[in-house]
Parts: sequence; C-alpha cells; structure tokens
Amino acid sequence: MYPVSRSRLLSRAIQSSAQRRHLSTTTQTHHITSVLIANRGEIALRVGRTASALGVRCTTIYTDPDAHSQHALSSPFAINIGESNAYLDGERIISIAKAQGCEALHPGYGFLSENSAFAKRCLEEGLVFIGPPWKAIEAMGNKSRSKDIMIQAGVPCIPGYHGANQEPLHLLEEAKKIGFPVMVKAVKGGGGKGMRIALHEQEFLDKLESAKSEGRNSFGDDVMLVEKYIATPRHIEVQIFADKHGNAVALGERDCSLQRRHQKILEEAPAPNLAEDIRQDLWQKARAAALAVGYEGAGTLIPEVIFDNDTNEFFFMEMNTRLQVEHPVTEEMTGEDLVSWQFKVAAGEPLPLDQETIARRIAERGWAIEARIYAENPSQNFMPDSGKLIHLRTPKLSESVRIDAGFIEGDTVSSAYDGMIAKLIISGPTREVAIRKLHAALQDYEVVGLSTNIEFLKKICKSPDFIRGDVETGYIQKHNGELFAPDVVEPEAFAQAALGLLSNELSSGALNIGQGPHAEAVGFGQTSSRQYKFIPTGSSEPIQVDLEQSGPNLFQVSVKGSGIDQTYSNVLCTPGHPTISTFFPHTRVESTLIVDGDKLSLFQHGKQINLTLSIPGWFEKALGLMDVTNSVLAPMPCKVLRNEVKEGDKVKKDQPLVVIESMKMETVIRSPQSGVVAKLVHKAGDICKAGTVLVLFEEVGTNGSD
Amino acid sequence: MSTLRSSKQLLKLSRRATKPLPAPLLPRATCRYIAAYTPPHQARAISVLPTIVDPSSKEYKENARQMGEVMARLEELTKKIQQGGPPKAREKHIARKKMLPRDRITALIDPGTTFLELSALAGHELYPEAAVPAGGIITGVGVIEGVTCMIVANDSTVKGGTYYPITVKKHLRAQAIAQENNLPCVYLVDSGGANLPHQADVFPDRDHFGRIFFNQARMSSMGIPQIAVVMGACTAGGAYVPAMSDESIIVDGQGHIFLAGPPLVKAATGEVVSAEDLGGGKMHTSVSGVTDYLAVDDAHALVLARRSISNLNWPKKEFPPRTAYEEPLHDPEELVGIASTNLRKPLPVHEIIARIVDGSVFSEFKRDYGSTLVTGFATIYGHKVGIIANNGILFSTSSLKGAHFIELCCQRQIPLIFLQNISGFMVGTDAEREGIAKNGAKLVTAVACANVPKFTVVVGASNGAGNYGMCGRAYGPRFLWMWPNAKIGVMGSEQLTAVMETVGKAVDPELKARIERESEAVFSSARLWDDGVIPPSHTRRVLGLSLMAALGGKNEPADTKFGVFRM
Repeated sequence: MYPVSRSRLLSRAIQSSAQRRHLSTTTQTHHITSVLIANRGEIALRVGRTASALGVRCTTIYTDPDAHSQHALSSPFAINIGESNAYLDGERIISIAKAQGCEALHPGYGFLSENSAFAKRCLEEGLVFIGPPWKAIEAMGNKSRSKDIMIQAGVPCIPGYHGANQEPLHLLEEAKKIGFPVMVKAVKGGGGKGMRIALHEQEFLDKLESAKSEGRNSFGDDVMLVEKYIATPRHIEVQIFADKHGNAVALGERDCSLQRRHQKILEEAPAPNLAEDIRQDLWQKARAAALAVGYEGAGTLIPEVIFDNDTNEFFFMEMNTRLQVEHPVTEEMTGEDLVSWQFKVAAGEPLPLDQETIARRIAERGWAIEARIYAENPSQNFMPDSGKLIHLRTPKLSESVRIDAGFIEGDTVSSAYDGMIAKLIISGPTREVAIRKLHAALQDYEVVGLSTNIEFLKKICKSPDFIRGDVETGYIQKHNGELFAPDVVEPEAFAQAALGLLSNELSSGALNIGQGPHAEAVGFGQTSSRQYKFIPTGSSEPIQVDLEQSGPNLFQVSVKGSGIDQTYSNVLCTPGHPTISTFFPHTRVESTLIVDGDKLSLFQHGKQINLTLSIPGWFEKALGLMDVTNSVLAPMPCKVLRNEVKEGDKVKKDQPLVVIESMKMETVIRSPQSGVVAKLVHKAGDICKAGTVLVLFEEVGTNGSD
Repeated sequence: MSTLRSSKQLLKLSRRATKPLPAPLLPRATCRYIAAYTPPHQARAISVLPTIVDPSSKEYKENARQMGEVMARLEELTKKIQQGGPPKAREKHIARKKMLPRDRITALIDPGTTFLELSALAGHELYPEAAVPAGGIITGVGVIEGVTCMIVANDSTVKGGTYYPITVKKHLRAQAIAQENNLPCVYLVDSGGANLPHQADVFPDRDHFGRIFFNQARMSSMGIPQIAVVMGACTAGGAYVPAMSDESIIVDGQGHIFLAGPPLVKAATGEVVSAEDLGGGKMHTSVSGVTDYLAVDDAHALVLARRSISNLNWPKKEFPPRTAYEEPLHDPEELVGIASTNLRKPLPVHEIIARIVDGSVFSEFKRDYGSTLVTGFATIYGHKVGIIANNGILFSTSSLKGAHFIELCCQRQIPLIFLQNISGFMVGTDAEREGIAKNGAKLVTAVACANVPKFTVVVGASNGAGNYGMCGRAYGPRFLWMWPNAKIGVMGSEQLTAVMETVGKAVDPELKARIERESEAVFSSARLWDDGVIPPSHTRRVLGLSLMAALGGKNEPADTKFGVFRM
C-alpha cells in the first residue's frame, strides 16, 4: 500500500490521464473483456491461458474431430463448428463470435491468422481482431508487395521474380535469369507449404506443378514466385511489436535454421554466432520496416531473413504478421508474455517496454531454445504420423522448463491437422547449458502411440556442430549420417522388455487365485524357461530372450541374436506397471514399458527403444491372413488427392500411382513393382485409414509385364 | 461477543450448581472390574516356535553333508530324466516342428506360476530292458488361465510315448488326484498306445489302460472337465482319450486319431488310405467331428487349450494374499542339516514344523500329553491346517491324542498334514495291557474316516502300522511326498533281517541290502508309492501348492462320519 499522500497523488494522476485520454479520441483504450479464440490445439490453450489471467472470458470453437480435444474442453464456452476444415470458415466464426457476445477475436497462428479479408470482416462486424490492421496483413501476406515495401524501407531482398505472369514457361525463363538453383513458392504460402526447390532446369516444371497443387489445396491459391535459392543459408527472424501510438520495438531475434521438410523443428534466441553489430542492424531495420508499413500488434518483421554465414549478408525472405509458433522462445528470453502484449496493443495501450529495457533484459536472461515435438517418423523422411497418445509422460516443469501442448495422454493426434504434439521450451544461462537441459528434458519426454521426432531431437542436442552453433537450414541433410546413425541397443533392454511383458501380465490380475508359493522353484531338476522374441525397429533379425523364473522376483535371463549373446543370472526384478526396476548382477536398470499390441516402447536411460513382438508361426495361418503382395496400401491415415494412373495401365516400378494428403502434406505413393493396375480402390477425396488398399495389381502371370 | 461470553459464564455457573456431590468411596476390593491388556504380539509369542538348531554344530554339518550328497544325486538324476527320451528321438521330434512335452506344459500354464510335477522318478530302473524316463508321461498340477488343472502329457520321445505298466499307473494316479481334488484335466496326447510286449500288465486288469477312459467318463459326469489336445498319434484305445473328452483340439498334419492305423486297415479290409485321410485333423474337425478345433501347430493348439479352459466358467476362489501371512521365522534351507540320513536318530519335529508354517507360529494341542505325537494348528500360506507329526514311537496316549485332534480338525473343516517319521506303535507287555491295539485302532479309524483334505510328507521312516496311523498311501492322502532321506517298508532292514533270523528261516545274505535298497525314496517313487521326492526346504511350497489344489475351484468342505471307536 502506498502512503496516503502518495496514493492520493497517484489517483490524481490517473484521473488526469483519464481526462487526457478522454480528450484525445484517437488513442482511447478499450479493455477487452471477452474473446473468441479462432484456433485449436496448443495455441488456443496458450491464448486462453493469458486471456484468463487477464480476466478475459474465452469462447473456444472446435470441429467434429476436435470435439474432445483439450482446447475445446478448456473453456465452458465451446462452440461446435462442424467439419474438420471449419477453422477456415471465417463468416461462421464471426457470426459465432457475435452470437456469443465476444468483443474480440484472437486468430492464433495458421488458419485465418493472416487472412486480410477475414481481419477486414472482423472490423466491419465490430470485432476487435487481435493482430495487425487488415491492410498490413494484405501488404505483408502478398510476398511480391511485401518485398517492394521492404526494398523501399531499405531492407535487402533476394533476387527473384514476383510478377503476375504465371505462365509456366515464363516462370522458367525468369528462373533461368535468376540462375539455378531456384525456389518456387506460393505467393500466399508459408510454413514450407506450396514451396519447392528446383536444382536444375529439367525439374523446374515438375516442381512448379507440385507447388501449385499444394498451394491450391492448402490455401486455394497457386500464384507462384521464383527466387534465388541460397545453398547454405540460415534462417533468422526478428520479433517486432508495434502499438497504435507509433511505437515499434524489436524483442530480439530468433534463429530457426534447424528445419526438415522446410519446417522448423528447433528455434532459439538469441541467434548463435551473430556479431552484435549485425544483430543491432537487424533489429533496427525490422523496426524501421514496421513503422514504414503502419504496422501494429505482434509480428515477425524483417522476419525470416536468409542470412548468409559466409558473407554475413541478410536478405528479406517473408513477413509474418501473426504470432509465431516459436514465440515462447522470445517470451523466455525477454520474460514477457507476448499474448498479453497483443491484448494490450489491441486495447490501444502503449507498448509495456521500451527498446532499451528489452535489450537489457535480453542481455541478462541468457538463452532460450524450443524443440517442436511432432508426430512424424524421422527415419522415413519425417513422414507425418497420427494416432492415439496411449502414453505421455512429460518432463517436470520449472522456471526453465516450459511445455506448450495441446494434448494429454489418451488424446488422438488427428491426421486432419498439423502433427505438432507439443513445444518444449528450455532456458538456460548459456547456450550450452540450455542445450544440455533440453537434452535432459527430452530424455524425460515419453510418447507412445505414434512415431515422434523426440529421439531425433536428442541426437541434434548431441550433434557437435549444433552445440558449436554452426547452424544452417540444410543442417539435417548435411549431418544426415550422424543424425541417422543406427542406435546400438544394449542387451539389457531386451531383457527388460521380456521382464516388463511378464510383469504386465502378472500385475494385470489374470492370476487371481492368489500367489501362494507360485513362481517359486519347486522340486528337483530344472524349471522351464519361456522365450520372448523381439524385432528391433529397423532390423529384421529377431532377438531371443529366455526367461527362467526361479522365484517370485528372481530370474535367469539370456539374450541371444544380432551379435548379442549374454546371460544374466539371479536377476532381481520387482514386477510393476508400467515401470520395472531390475537389479542385474552388474547394474540396476529402471525401464518403463508401454505395450500397444505387438508394438513395445521401452524407455530406459533416457532413450526410447521400439521393439516389435515377433508373431508366432501359427498366427497368419490361424487367422487366415491374406497375401497382400498384389496391392498397395495407404501408409498412414490420409485423403486421396488424385490417382496418377488409370485401371489397366501398365506401370513401372517407382512410378507415381496415387497422391495422398496427410497432415497437410502431400505424399506420392509409388509403385512397388512393375505390373498392370487392376483396380483403383479409391477416388480423389476419399478418406482412408492406414493400411487401406489403394491400388490392386493384376495377378502376375495373367498379364505380367515384368 | 460480550453477551455470548456472559451466557457462557452463566452456563458454567449453572453447571457448578447442579453438579452432584462425589459418591462415597466404595471399598476397593469390590470394584475390581479390570483385565490386564495383552498386546497381540505378546499373545502370539506363546505360539512362536523357538529353534535350537546350530548351523555351526558338528552334527548339523554332518547331516547337511550327507543330505547334500543325496540331494545332489537326486538333482542330477531328475535333470537327466527331465530331458526325456534319447537325444536322437528328441532331435527327430523337434525336426518335425513338435514341441518337447515339458515345453508344451510351460506354454500351457500361466506365466509366473509353478508346475507341481508328480512322480518325476516314475519308472526309474524299473524295466531291465529299457529306460523309461518319468514313465514316458509327465503329470502334474498347473494353473491355466487362473484355473488349477491336472495336466497329463505323453512324452513321445520315450518309446514313442507307449504305455508301460508304470505309465498306466502314473496316468491313473493323476486322474485320481484330479478326481479327488476336482481338477479339470488337460491331456496332451502324443502316444503310440499300449506297449505291446507288456500288454499283460497294461491291458486286462481293473486298474489298467481301460480305467483311463472309465475315469474320463466318470469325471465328466461329476462335472470335472476333460480337455484333450491331440499332438501326435492317438491310435486304438488311445483314440478314446480325445473321443471321451468334453472338448478336443487336434494339430493339423500331426495329430491322428483312428481305431486302427493304415497298415491294420489294409490288413483287415484291403483299403489303402493315408493316415491324414484316415484320421487327420482336417478330417476329424470337418467330417467326423471327433475333434472340435484344428490347430496349425503345437503352440496354436496350446493357445486353443488355454482358451477352452478360460471358458470352463470355473469358480475362482480367493486365497490369502501375500500380505496376509509371513514366511517362517527360521530358514527352511536349514532343513538339510536337520533331516538325517540316519533314521535311528530322532528328528526334532518342532524344528521341522518351525520351517514349514507361516511365521513359525504353531498352536500346539495337548503338548504335554502323549508327547511322541505332536499335534497343533498352524497356517501355511494363510491356509489353516492341523499338523500331526511323529516325535517318537506311538504309545496309547499319543494315539488317543492323535484321534482327538483329528476329530477336532474334521469338525472344524481344517485340512490335516501328517509329518511321518514312524517306526511303529509301541510293543511289549505294558503297551498291550494299556490296549495299544484298540487305541492305535482309534487313530487309524480317525485317519481313515477323516474327510478333510489330508496331506502326508514322509520326513523319515515309514514302517509298520505307524504308516497306517500316519496316513500312508492306503489312507487316501490327497498328496503324499517324500524327503530324499525317507525310507518306507514294513520294518527297517535290520529289524526285518533280525525277525527272519528269529523265526528260524535261512536268511539270504543279500536280503538286508536288498530291503535297504527297496526302502529308499527313489525306489518308492519309481514305483509310484508316493507322488514324488521333494527337497526338504521346498516342503512348505509343495504343501502350499497341494493345499491350493485341494481347496480351490469347485472343492467344497465334506462332512466326516467316523466309524466305531473301540473304547
């Protein structure tokens, strides 16, 4: 409490400021008291969290596949908007916001966040769009126009063609002028969608068509630009905030160079190995650019520059006017809540901090790094995955460990949306400490039910060049050998898998006659052992584990196969579920075993080991499983975009058969063999489950061509 | 607040005013209505058995050494027997993608459960012309899908799984145990049928081959399920095992069922037919209906068998959980130094009991009367039991005490455990005048009539009428186990030789040695006079499993009606 005299002074000051505001009508603050969050998943929850903390009532929307998702459950006001693509239905969302009496609308990222028409409609309908003015979105969203603006503001741009002539051959000519390699990119695209690289002239038209198709499917627009492709670039972006009072600040930069499939997976702030003068230059140009376009709200301006490590040059690449996925990195580095800044700016308040304070904060706070945890399979070219999170254990949260997630255990990661499960954000006093802590946190991150990139992220954390800060957007391809080196699985892991399976069975209560002396050795002679057969992921050679139980917790274990021949006697294993603790003669090993049918996931020593239980010899025959060599199956849940062949076509091996879309990514299904297509089971637009037959070949012999 | 306070004060005042005056003091002696509190652990202390066994003593070490030798021999012998038939036969068996019978049993029973094998030594050195390991058949009690079952598995690596007389006896004993203990039966059939050279001792008599099917029919009628898994040949009489079963499973291309095989058919009718067409799995499951399920291989067949058991709708009795009882206070492993191979030395039976029962807690009954027989209550894995154990020769007093205790247990439905180390009832003028004959008869009557589950462990000698009074084989114990040092015979070899000499018969110089050999546990077990020789330290476990078999599932308490006790 202030002393009386001071508080009186204060109240007078507030009064006078209110009077002043009253007089100046242009910058009147209007506090937002209710908001509709027009997004899903972690960002909807993230926005909701800040909104609730600010006392703002939240209304959430959800589609049918999202009915039980966390964001839908997070607010008592949750409105069903129907089909899976309804997050893009602007008019519907606006009418819901109005019906629900919401004053404002927060678009999150993706979906409608950079749709200027939508932002304009919000304004027309009297809704506060929490983001920049629609004109700024329009200007920035159009890559050609944004580039012109940037050039005018003195920001260097990369050579390229941004013209209206979209004739493929004309674009090819332009590409030739720029010089290969070039990048074709949807003007309205972002996040790597609708973007392709043509290394040489011959493949340009193919890549162009593919990019156009993805553009049409992702955002209904296939206008392309062509740009110089820089071979070893870094991706750096600057976080900008601008208010309605003509202020703009740079909240530091982020390095987002670690990418796969042109999508970021690791982001950090500050950018490593960046000279201070260049950093300041970046910040300054970003602020200048923001002011030049009359920007307000959160955006990453100058954002996304391509930074050439060798020449220390940077080129403007694209401009995002939304809150970025990786905004938490900046939050951790500045200690500020950017969503709350958005609310403040939208309410007409001035920016909470000035540039000087921010710079000081950043200098004090050390390093922040974010790892995106995706449902994908790194060993299969990061192919997206989907499915139920049957087991989810997260690292312990603390001052320096933050998780922004949209899922909890038991939730389903739908193939209808982006496969990001969570963002793990770590801060530390130095970059090295932050990376070490990130590695430790990833070791405690357990996800079962779908493939994830967690093991891959751990490998990056251990990659020497990354630790040194030698990052570039081609890092993953360049360090392919190191990052995809096969894992050596210690023999104890197989023993633990067998013990865990037995343990699961014993603790499931199947043996409910009471234990008594059961499991003890009885009588002379030997007790029989049971054999478990596992196939490690990425291997075909089975590993055999023989378990001989000589007491309730006592085992003789032998592991054989794949060059392993190890016997452990008097292994003491206390059955538990799902975690078992085992005393081998030489060491204690604690493992968590999650069983999903034949798929086993074992977590031990901070590593996830995936094993498959081998199928008994009688299985196929007893179940009458059909031989499916004459068919091509959908590798994942997907939507069929188009069939590339017709029934009766003769196809060669590796020829494209079907193009499917999953997790918003296009995948071409190629022919596993040469043959004649007997039947195309699905037509374009069909939704298929993983394992669904897509193409049937004619029986070899009847019409064989190979 | 002030009004509240004042009202409280008022209340206090009024209480003070109405409080009655203290009553006049009563004389102390008349108001003594108090019982000293006895904490449970003090109450329990009177039942905890102490031990005076000193593992560092010379006697203990000598016992342990001698027992160790005997046990090592048995361990080696058992391991050899467990291998089954000769290596060639086993290799051939495996080459046919068949599982060895012991592996079949392991796959059949629940993980984490123990298979209580019966008479592993059956047939040992029984037939001069052939080794028949385990009698060519493996039997025992195992838990399948939570149901305690009797498992009977032919070992076709031993003489093609043919039935020697001992095989028949072992099969029938397993069925008898199943019937007495209400255990569903699973037959893993892989047998060439009766061993023809021995047909005279296999086929004609009451307790020969035919009795197997008689038992199946009777057990089925009593509601004891019979499940057969045909994993090999099933010829002639053998064909009736699956045919007499409630449900039967057959392995495709491997199991064959026919009353006569292709050669015999050809000889009889001239018809030429393959084994598969005559009695293969496909034919029997789809045409004749002799079998109900067709399995791809052994492993699949066993999965099907487990499924059949899971559908028995068999009641599952809750047994005491591990937390409900304590392990013995004294180490059961010390029994090797307590048990002696020299049976003339007395065995300290309290020390044995202390290493078998929960927490070494034993509520001894009539401790100071007839002390050559020890009786009392205890629990084993939480099951209440009455224990009757020899601690010397049976006198009239000890016999009366034993009969009394059996009456108690029968009335209370408490299973009885007999720890046998008896050279007989007391003889001599005094004993006869005391009426040892009629008093001993009372004990025998009580044992014979007792309808509670009875279990016998021969820990030392088992001679004469003492064997009857202590629930020998003839008195129907559910299970009878022997320690490796145990000896069974009408009397000890020395006494027998002495008696023979006294009655003036010319004594064969080999006689004593022969009697000695024929009294040994291995000799007994080879002939199925018992259900198996067990390591002394496993006695508690074996009794625990035996109790679970006898008390679980559909077993219900049965009333006892005693015969006339001569007074």
